[in-house]
Amino acid sequence: MQEVRYERPTTIAEATELLAQSNGITKILAGGTDVLVQMRINSQIPSLILDVKHIPELRELRIDGDGLLLGAAVPSVELGESAEARKGYPGLVEGAEYIGSSQIQSRASVGGNLCNASPAADTVPALFALGAECRIAGPDGERTVPVEEFTTGVTTSCLQKGELLVSIRIPDPAAESSSAYLRFTPRNEMDIAVVGAGAAITLDKGGTCTAARLALGAVATTAIMVPEAADALVGSKIEESDLAKVAELASAASKPITDRRGTADFRRHVSGVLASRTVAAARDRAKAA
Amino acid sequence: MAKTHAQTTINGEHVEFLCEPHESLLEVLREHLGLTGTKEGCLTGDCGACTVNMDGRIVCSCLVFAAEAAGAEIDTIEGVARDQKLHPVQQQLLEHAGLQCGICTPGVVMAAKLLLEHNDNPTEQEIRYYMSGNLCRCTGYDKIVRAIQAAASEIRAGA
Repeated sequence: MQEVRYERPTTIAEATELLAQSNGITKILAGGTDVLVQMRINSQIPSLILDVKHIPELRELRIDGDGLLLGAAVPSVELGESAEARKGYPGLVEGAEYIGSSQIQSRASVGGNLCNASPAADTVPALFALGAECRIAGPDGERTVPVEEFTTGVTTSCLQKGELLVSIRIPDPAAESSSAYLRFTPRNEMDIAVVGAGAAITLDKGGTCTAARLALGAVATTAIMVPEAADALVGSKIEESDLAKVAELASAASKPITDRRGTADFRRHVSGVLASRTVAAARDRAKAA
Repeated sequence: MAKTHAQTTINGEHVEFLCEPHESLLEVLREHLGLTGTKEGCLTGDCGACTVNMDGRIVCSCLVFAAEAAGAEIDTIEGVARDQKLHPVQQQLLEHAGLQCGICTPGVVMAAKLLLEHNDNPTEQEIRYYMSGNLCRCTGYDKIVRAIQAAASEIRAGA
């Protein structure tokens, strides 16, 4: 039987070195809520289990004038317990809180949700909408990539050998702005998104939209931005006719497959419905902000 | 194969164990340490039968590597009753017949106990949301929820 190692580095340099030297299957471990399940389903024992939860940069949660800094291994429960995060980044908190039970919330991280690279990941449409950036460390130093470029396909990411996600940064939201995430699932809780939609909306004092970002999840191999629908909102008051246009454009942008959780036609329809509802929710919050 | 050595605290006592690096905390609790009160259910983190408290949070011990327990504080069902006296959650589950086969019960107790430590007056909806990761296929939840409400009253009265 192959050698299995569990390592618990306490610095980024130590982690990237272990990753760079590792041969065979390597699993970066944050909350483990995907790693252990996949290990059992695939009957595949990794040769290196790299527990990154003891690296301070990956456990940092800070909100200041520069925005939200979220370490890649911060569990969802800590994000949800932050009143500042709930106020400034409600779309992201909603996405994170949809994931699993109280037990799962204790362990599962937004960074892990992103790295697991499921097309249905609940935090990713909100990260897209909020313009998140990913800090990546590797043996040759660090780089930053926009979140839209992080996931490259179903279960694949832009991480190269030796690299790990350190943290996610979201810019400080403008004064009259807010965000929302909604998803459709057959059950209310403990389910996987059939469609998810994240939106971030900025208004001026008169309630006219000055900036909008909209993203959809579970309707393509990765989450997708829908810039044509978001751009159509800029300059509008986001009224019923504007929301109808968003729905139409979001349905058109949606590229879903048919599987046991929903047909492609159904998902295209729901993409439009959810996109308009999510934009309306973000608009209402922005007005109250 | 190189085993991993871990020192941890379980139910307030210092514990050392050797495990395979990929063994789960659930396996070590049950198979190595004889703490069979924690139950194995789905092994995918859906059912909550294996719920234990780790550093003040409830976790599915099937989704924790035992090696991660090094330096942590783990509480299991074996540590809940004190001096032959059941915890109010345990006592009220008995009185409300909130269990039949009992497989989900240790996990239910661990989750409900922590809920009540943070909030001794939860609404029914708060209880149902918090307990959504503890599946029971016998009692249908109603009795479990009522037992937790009764335990909350008992804790409030005693506080």
